[in-house]
Amino acid sequence: MLEIIDLTRSAQYIGAGMAIGFGAIGAAMGEGYAAGMANESLCYRAENSGNVVRNMLVGQAIAESAAIFALIVSLILVFSAPSEQFVLFAWIYISAGLAMGLSAIGSGIGAGLAAGNACQGIVRQPAHSSAIIRTMLIGSALCQDPAIFGMVIAILLLFLDFSTVPLYPGWAAMLGAGLSIGLAAIGPGIGCGLAAREAASGVARNPETNTNTNRMMLVGISIAQSTAIYGFVISLLLLFTGHQENLALTASLGLLGAGLASGFGGIGPGIGEGITAAGALRWIARSSGNTGLLTRSMLVGMAVAESTGIYALIVALLLILVL
Amino acid sequence: MDINGADFIRALALLGAGLAMGLGAIGPGVGEGFAAGKACEAIGRKPEEAGLLTRTMLVGQAVSESTGIYALVVALLLLFVV
Repeated sequence: MLEIIDLTRSAQYIGAGMAIGFGAIGAAMGEGYAAGMANESLCYRAENSGNVVRNMLVGQAIAESAAIFALIVSLILVFSAPSEQFVLFAWIYISAGLAMGLSAIGSGIGAGLAAGNACQGIVRQPAHSSAIIRTMLIGSALCQDPAIFGMVIAILLLFLDFSTVPLYPGWAAMLGAGLSIGLAAIGPGIGCGLAAREAASGVARNPETNTNTNRMMLVGISIAQSTAIYGFVISLLLLFTGHQENLALTASLGLLGAGLASGFGGIGPGIGEGITAAGALRWIARSSGNTGLLTRSMLVGMAVAESTGIYALIVALLLILVL
Repeated sequence: MDINGADFIRALALLGAGLAMGLGAIGPGVGEGFAAGKACEAIGRKPEEAGLLTRTMLVGQAVSESTGIYALVVALLLLFVV
């Protein structure tokens, strides 16, 4: 006969596996891209290898941080004592694992993209390596934001006391909160990386415009992250809206649907806005006189790409607050 | 949990609405962003054609948006009509 502690214990182990399993995908891909770009560019000019390898390692270390967050959450899940009284905690452990693991995917890939093109840029313009490294550090640090949102939700799930929340529909609210930030963080992480990658290349191509390039990169990254913030807000709403006990399946699946809507809905706009920012950044380095025109076009394009993310946010809010 | 037929159908309609809007938002987001990125590159290459390029970008994005709007319509139907 299964006791409650058997359920919560096994949920901790599933959550731990998903946290580090999903969480390892992005960092590994991003670091591999950085190493590949470093090798590819070093074969053209090998005398600069010390500088490039150092930059590659710094970039990879930043990309690794998302996976380290996932490792920490995973270890907390393995070694903390499971709840003995409430089945709801089984869902909380699974959700914490999903929030951390899924949200680390995009950040790892994104930071690696920035590091790779910075290596290439240092080989092309060794004299300007400090400006290139600065852009890479800003860009890849900002790529970690979505993973940090995921970690905040995972930590809230693990350390707050949810024992007064009823199991129905609490299980769906908890699972939805994890899926919302986990999935919504994937796209913005990758999108920020696409923008930061082009910014690093742009500074290498035309170091004189690096102020403009950095400013544009910050604008692009902050807009690309908006859908991760929508996912974060929906997660917080799902965690902290006072849920009344309701045995009907409708109440539960409505909350789960809200998490899935804002979660999946955040992926596309995040990646798309990153591609837009990358296109604008590529040409700001080449024709800096057109910065104003390019900024305007980028913002118009991003606003249209954002629209589906906003539809998803509205559907999620309707599901939580109206129905 | 007590589940009757009407509750079960309504519950899965709500879940379906979330999935429809969530998954339906992925494609337009990526596609419109790609169109806008290419438009920015083209404007950088030929700034004097910015008006034509912006117009073309918006027309292309409007077409790409259509599937996102289908998803929104289906989600709202599932929420409020079915």
